[in-house]
Amino acid sequence: MAEEDGVRRRDFINVAAVSAAGVAGIGVVIPLVSQMSASADVLAASTTEVDISSVQTGQAIKAIFRKQPVFIRNLTQREIDEANAVDVSSLRDPQTLEERTKEGKTNWLITMGVCTHLGCVPLGAGEGEPRGEFGGYFCPCHGSSYDTAARIRKGPAPLNLQVPDYTFTSDTVVTIG
Amino acid sequence: MSFPWAKVYTPEHPFMKWMDERLPLPRLVYNAVGGGYEVPRNLNYFWNFGFLAGLCLVIQIVTGIVMAMHYAANTGVAFDSIEMTVRDVNWGWLMRYAHANGASAFFVVIYIHIFRGFFYGSYKAPREMVWLLGVVIFLLMMATAFMGYVLPWGQMSFWGAKVITGLFSAIPLVGEPLQQWLLGGFAPDNAALNRFFSLHYLLPFVILGVVILHIWALHIPGSSNPTGVEVKSESDTVPFYPYYVAKDGWAIGVFAILYCAMVFFAPNYLGHPDNYIPANPMSTPAHIVPEWYFWPFYAILRAFTANIFFIPAKLMGVLAMFGAILVWFFLPWLDRSPIRSASYRPVYKWFFVVLCLDMLVLFYCGGAEAKEPYVMISQIAALYYFAHFLIILPIVSAIEKPKPLPFSITESVLGKDEDAVLAPSA
Repeated sequence: MAEEDGVRRRDFINVAAVSAAGVAGIGVVIPLVSQMSASADVLAASTTEVDISSVQTGQAIKAIFRKQPVFIRNLTQREIDEANAVDVSSLRDPQTLEERTKEGKTNWLITMGVCTHLGCVPLGAGEGEPRGEFGGYFCPCHGSSYDTAARIRKGPAPLNLQVPDYTFTSDTVVTIG
Repeated sequence: MSFPWAKVYTPEHPFMKWMDERLPLPRLVYNAVGGGYEVPRNLNYFWNFGFLAGLCLVIQIVTGIVMAMHYAANTGVAFDSIEMTVRDVNWGWLMRYAHANGASAFFVVIYIHIFRGFFYGSYKAPREMVWLLGVVIFLLMMATAFMGYVLPWGQMSFWGAKVITGLFSAIPLVGEPLQQWLLGGFAPDNAALNRFFSLHYLLPFVILGVVILHIWALHIPGSSNPTGVEVKSESDTVPFYPYYVAKDGWAIGVFAILYCAMVFFAPNYLGHPDNYIPANPMSTPAHIVPEWYFWPFYAILRAFTANIFFIPAKLMGVLAMFGAILVWFFLPWLDRSPIRSASYRPVYKWFFVVLCLDMLVLFYCGGAEAKEPYVMISQIAALYYFAHFLIILPIVSAIEKPKPLPFSITESVLGKDEDAVLAPSA
């Protein structure tokens, strides 16, 4: 660095030192921020296998996936017909029952049991619980009603009950996650 | 800073002289809360609540450190460790109830302190920084109180944590990852409980730090007073010690009676029975509400039930809830009136009363179930709340004709300044 460039040796050292300190600073911040993310043991618990052989038509069970409830419902033909009779374009979060289930398994409605409003557990999966005016699930916290395809029909929730990633490992076992 | 007539710290004992030359801490205390701090002579009882807020912080830190000695931040034992503290630890019940009710007492005191500021224009120049730091303290208090309420790991703790962290999921794009980062998982669990405990222990000391800045900023112009007229002469002030130390001591007495009445005779009155049921991630209580001190803001959150243009109702509610407090940061510049005290502002005075009533309506709706007519009432009340700060205040401060101000603090107390010479305050 010659004096005539207008860049002095001291300027170079200054920029290099501050840059190195900046990079080091970022290197310190990354682990400090990242340590708060879900740890390996939490992530390891992020798939669940459920045996659904005992779930009768018209029945629903609660499974646990990522420490949150999952509703697995064996829809009756009437519930399927009701869900298909709805004009999809009139829905807040337009989706058909086909889009929310697996091909050839439209009677198996698998959704998170977590209201999309503020995260309460809706009622309707247990025996004798109220299922709301659309016959699906009803969230008691702020009155969101879901239909037989667990789509939001009334109340403050913005979205349908979330369908988690899952596959049918066999006819009677689903792997969620 | 202090006024030219303020007494100067003069150590007499040789040790105090030795100390003063090496670490002038006694001098600092003397000038901050001793005979060296000159305070307007006409402060009314509303000026006791700043001191009481400091007392509440001390109560919370002392009882909180004791609670931490017996508490275990693990989802498996957290609930039981609180119950064991109450039942088995010597005086554990007292510490627990003093801490839980201390939080409520703190918020009662701080709300009166804040509304004192609204009425007497304490946020106006040259005290804007005092006000801004105060709003920061209030936000820190809310975060601390929320995390503290999660620690017993009862049903309300769990679902409170779920709902409040769920607010962050309303943020577009980064919401879901942000919520998972805050919780360290997909739902509140051990990771969340541990970090809430860590932060619940840390934040009160951060509050303490900001309180020191708050007092530092206050002591540059000196305390305001009910007339809003600045101090002009020696007859306008009295030294903090002994005058206001004695008056604050009296306030401690009244506060302690009310506080002890709650701690000893109604320790669970402000709590929720559901929080005596251990947390159950599979079942939500039928009626979840936050602690009473969050109700006005919770009502604003729930007031948004329909999308506004392209903004989803959920995000709108979250923005409005945070906005309801963030708007306080702009208060010194929204209220353009040069008159501080509402006593001399005939129009603003009534809007202040309406704002208080509006807050009470929001408070009631926030604690009620989310159904009509409460939803509609909270929508109207929330709308008025924002209108007060963003529309009414700027307009009123521009068109209002204030009443004549007294010439000085002394005149407001004694009729005219000359009397001060004939009848000195001491």
